[in-house]
Amino acid sequence: MKHLWLTAYADIVESLRARWFMVYTLVFGGLVVVLFAYGLAESRIMGFTGLSRLLLTYIQLSMAILPVFVLITTVRSVAGDREAGVFEYLLSLPISLAAWFWGKIFGRFLVVFAPVLLAMVGAVIWGTIKGVDVPWDLFVYYTGLLMALAWCFLGIGMLISTMARSSDVAQGAAFVVWLTLLLFLDLILLGILIQEHLPAETAVAISLVNPMQVFRTATMMLFDPQLVLLGPSAYVILDTFGQTGYIIYALFYPIFVGTACAATGFFIFRRSDLP
Amino acid sequence: MIEFQNVIKRFRRHEVLKGVNLTIERGHRVALVGSNGAGKTTLIRCLLGEYTCEGQVTVDSLVPREHRREVLSKVGFVPQLPPPLKMPVGQLIKFAASVCDSNPQRMADVATRLGLDTERFKNQPFVKLSGGQKQKLLIAIALGRDSELLVMDEPAANLDPEARHIFFGLLAEKKDEAAMIISSHRLDEVASLVNRVIEMDQGLVVLDDRVADLVELSSRLGCCVRLVRAEAPFAKAIGEWGFTGSEDGKEWRGHVAGPDRLRFLGVLSRYAALLSGIEMHESEEARSREAALNG
Repeated sequence: MKHLWLTAYADIVESLRARWFMVYTLVFGGLVVVLFAYGLAESRIMGFTGLSRLLLTYIQLSMAILPVFVLITTVRSVAGDREAGVFEYLLSLPISLAAWFWGKIFGRFLVVFAPVLLAMVGAVIWGTIKGVDVPWDLFVYYTGLLMALAWCFLGIGMLISTMARSSDVAQGAAFVVWLTLLLFLDLILLGILIQEHLPAETAVAISLVNPMQVFRTATMMLFDPQLVLLGPSAYVILDTFGQTGYIIYALFYPIFVGTACAATGFFIFRRSDLP
Repeated sequence: MIEFQNVIKRFRRHEVLKGVNLTIERGHRVALVGSNGAGKTTLIRCLLGEYTCEGQVTVDSLVPREHRREVLSKVGFVPQLPPPLKMPVGQLIKFAASVCDSNPQRMADVATRLGLDTERFKNQPFVKLSGGQKQKLLIAIALGRDSELLVMDEPAANLDPEARHIFFGLLAEKKDEAAMIISSHRLDEVASLVNRVIEMDQGLVVLDDRVADLVELSSRLGCCVRLVRAEAPFAKAIGEWGFTGSEDGKEWRGHVAGPDRLRFLGVLSRYAALLSGIEMHESEEARSREAALNG
């Protein structure tokens, strides 16, 4: 365990000095600043008021930005480190491959999740100062969803990094994965599939498999308990899971996908050439 | 200590190692030489357990890939190209010492001996150090722990002559307890450091020869070079060896590390037309040490 935390700490120190981390932090911090600047916390649209509206907008934007950021930065830095000889040197030190791999994932998770969380915490602090009601249940729920989403795409990123032999290939593959999941969001491809008279179960199955769609549905669920925004497939989801069941599914399914991808990545990493 | 038994390594269809058989014992200081693509780095990576391969590699009967911690805790490694690590120098030393169960101060002391003040650079990212400073730090990490096998890829390429002399001295301290594998493109770079030469070509060992172990690793030669006329390029080249010139720039004096003599003569050979005389002799200190040993 000592080596795992040492690796995690080393990865955090490396990441904090990297340019991508600065950009990443600025994007999420900037989002909250922009949302406040445009007076979103004071607006009242469709019944969403105060910080609830701000958090909802923030999380919808995060869904678009977080996965691609996590994927690209993970594969770029991990595959890039391997190309540049960082693996050759650090893996010549007496550290187990499990400690190295999982330490890297845990370190990276803290680094990618911290700016997202801090931006939300910043919003809550600012809202409190301004006297806006803080929806704590929503804050905790969204934090959990963002954690699950970050972990999911981190796992996918680590899997791509271990499979691709160059950072260019890894980046290309990461982009394709993100684009595919984006296309399978209900608004785009699911709409077409339903229009083409695909069985509703297939459309629902696709929406339940796609972690981005799971995240999106879960974020809407508290405001739109009947999932009117999602269309007819919502009835199948609600009939199958119920609201609480779906919330649990939305929190654990991405974690499962991320862990499964990371575990597969580790299995490949352990059996293949390291540098 | 180290056994390579019919080691074959393929990258897709390309066979980089074609059945390497080698045995290396403690006390062996091996120059692993060969041109680019000969398979030196691949062999080293197989030894460190970083590459999977056919055949068997063992260190003290342990397979590096399966017993990483046991094997690598005995190995000090200096890569040819320093990794672009962004972590600060102090952090890197602490990390390496921690995973190697060593004392960070021991590594810092070796760095200090090589002329790198780690305290001064402790907050500076490793990647921002100069080539020589990076090399010194990596050598300090490799030598500042209990290692029984030193694997070094062109370790002294970026070092100044003074640091090279100290580096050779550090190797001398380890020469009886450890095996050393020093990889290089050129034999003259490492010839005087080693007592065995292994040459590789296209994935095969084509030469495995013992060489006379006559040069004391820690020895030092006093040297005087005389020229027919002063020349600025020569002054610059020999200045890099720490030599000082006479007022007219025609006589230069300084010291050369014993194992560096061939390399030094290689530099002088480029100015052969300028030379009117060369004197090289073991320093008084070395002579008195030898006399004490004999007497």
